[in-house]
Amino acid sequence: MKIAVASGKGGTGKTSVAVNLALSLGDAQVLDCDVEEPNVHILLRPEIEGTSPVELMVPRILEERCDYCGECARFCQFNALFVAGETAMVFPELCHSCGGCSLVCPRDAIEEEPRQIGKVVRGRAGEIDLVYGEINVGEALAVPVIAAVKGHINKDRAVILDSAPGSACPLVETVHNVDFCLLVTEPTPFGLHDLEVAVEVVKILGIPMGVVVNFAGIGDRGVYDFCEEQGIPILMEIPFDRRIAELYSRGVPFVEAMPEWRQRFRDLMVQIEEIVK
Amino acid sequence: MKKMTILSGKGGTGKTTVTASLAALSSDAVFADCDVDASNLHLLLKPEVKETITFKGLNLAVIDPEKCFLCGLCEENCRFNAIHDYEVDGIHCEGCKVCVEICPVQAIDFVERICGHAYISETKYGPMSHARLIPGMENSGKLVTLVRQNAKKLAEDRELRLVLVDGPPGIGCPVIASLADIDYGLVVVEPTLSGIHDLERALQLLDHFNVEALVCVNKHDLNDENTAAIVWFCDEEDIEVVGWIPFDPEVTKAMVAGLPVVEYAPDSPASGAIRSMWERLVSILS
Repeated sequence: MKIAVASGKGGTGKTSVAVNLALSLGDAQVLDCDVEEPNVHILLRPEIEGTSPVELMVPRILEERCDYCGECARFCQFNALFVAGETAMVFPELCHSCGGCSLVCPRDAIEEEPRQIGKVVRGRAGEIDLVYGEINVGEALAVPVIAAVKGHINKDRAVILDSAPGSACPLVETVHNVDFCLLVTEPTPFGLHDLEVAVEVVKILGIPMGVVVNFAGIGDRGVYDFCEEQGIPILMEIPFDRRIAELYSRGVPFVEAMPEWRQRFRDLMVQIEEIVK
Repeated sequence: MKKMTILSGKGGTGKTTVTASLAALSSDAVFADCDVDASNLHLLLKPEVKETITFKGLNLAVIDPEKCFLCGLCEENCRFNAIHDYEVDGIHCEGCKVCVEICPVQAIDFVERICGHAYISETKYGPMSHARLIPGMENSGKLVTLVRQNAKKLAEDRELRLVLVDGPPGIGCPVIASLADIDYGLVVVEPTLSGIHDLERALQLLDHFNVEALVCVNKHDLNDENTAAIVWFCDEEDIEVVGWIPFDPEVTKAMVAGLPVVEYAPDSPASGAIRSMWERLVSILS
């Protein structure tokens, strides 16, 4: 069972829900797919078992063969190549690694070489296996790093994927092919607006979903009305509680200090299993 | 003209709350919402849209089943895993054109794809540039660039002295696009361990792109120890902490009312703190 935890809006408690759910289940694998700002390891404090680079293949122009015809630059949809006069340049940060330039080069003058854009870290915290990705500062493409993290999915276990916020490619890549998407939101106009956008994406992907309302008690009723209209079940409410906020600020998952929540997270898992059936 | 992006690394730390209040306090500024896939600034600034621009991203490959003779070369050469059973999955297609090129019978069309809309608007505080990415679409970085350029043009046309940019969370493609050609990056951070971790990465990003960093601690009273750690860290890095906003329930009430907090509750602790920060920013930006 693969469950993605996503939200649209940032800071609604995705990581907190993902980690507390995993700790309550005991035996689980957590994949931190927010590779721009991974935070799961701050809460889980794993022992690191290994790190592997994430590389993209980018073009290298073989000057001795290149006759500066410019076919590669004309073909590249990402503007990652520039040819003028007797100069041919590659802008590796813009390259999406499609391989098109070497395909169209009439003189076989383009080779590809690996370029590191981030890394995948594997670790263990008790019974929980954690895999997280981290994109290098200054790199733009999160999707290949997310794909590398997802390459570690262990199909035999409960897998919890923590997504980046937003509704663009990082969310799509994380949620693609999971069994269920848990959308964590806050009951405010910002939370509602971004939930609406995230729901649209999850619908396009055809994945069953449910909502967790975090910071319940603040704000207004908009999120509740929206979920009712859309027929999206609200599977859990976590109250706005200064104690939970303080625990989070110190990097402590709140089920550790408030063990009564473990059963609630296990019940949440039962509800998800019912829906997925 | 000075340009400042409000960013955070970690999401939900109060970027939009801060941006909206600074907008309300400013008198000659343009506002840009560069969080194009989860935009919120319009909920507080209530823009009236004057102009809508259709944003086209990269093209989409479409296989014509009439012409396709099932050779499978397209699927074999697609590095984005976007072709299965002689059909292109639009969600994964990055528009690289490799399949179009490789197809021996020209069975693949390369069609334009509308990925979102950019807007030029008026608010009661000044002009605003914003956008909406169609959910799930790629190219948010390019749409961010369009929003930022539109804002700059608005400022030039109307001779306004400040561009205030509400940035997206994270440090990837859309954030990088929101920092190009920017003078200052104001990082809004909450005193949590995750917040500090993400602040450090956001500051590295600003340094990488030579944008001068400023820091604002939001909900600073949530954890004094972490707030102190942020102050020490910024002091060592020679980065000025320009704002200290206390936790204040009026902030959420203002959001529900759809107003910047400095306007909704001008006497609240958060509003006082934001006004002090604005005074400091005015002297830095002038």
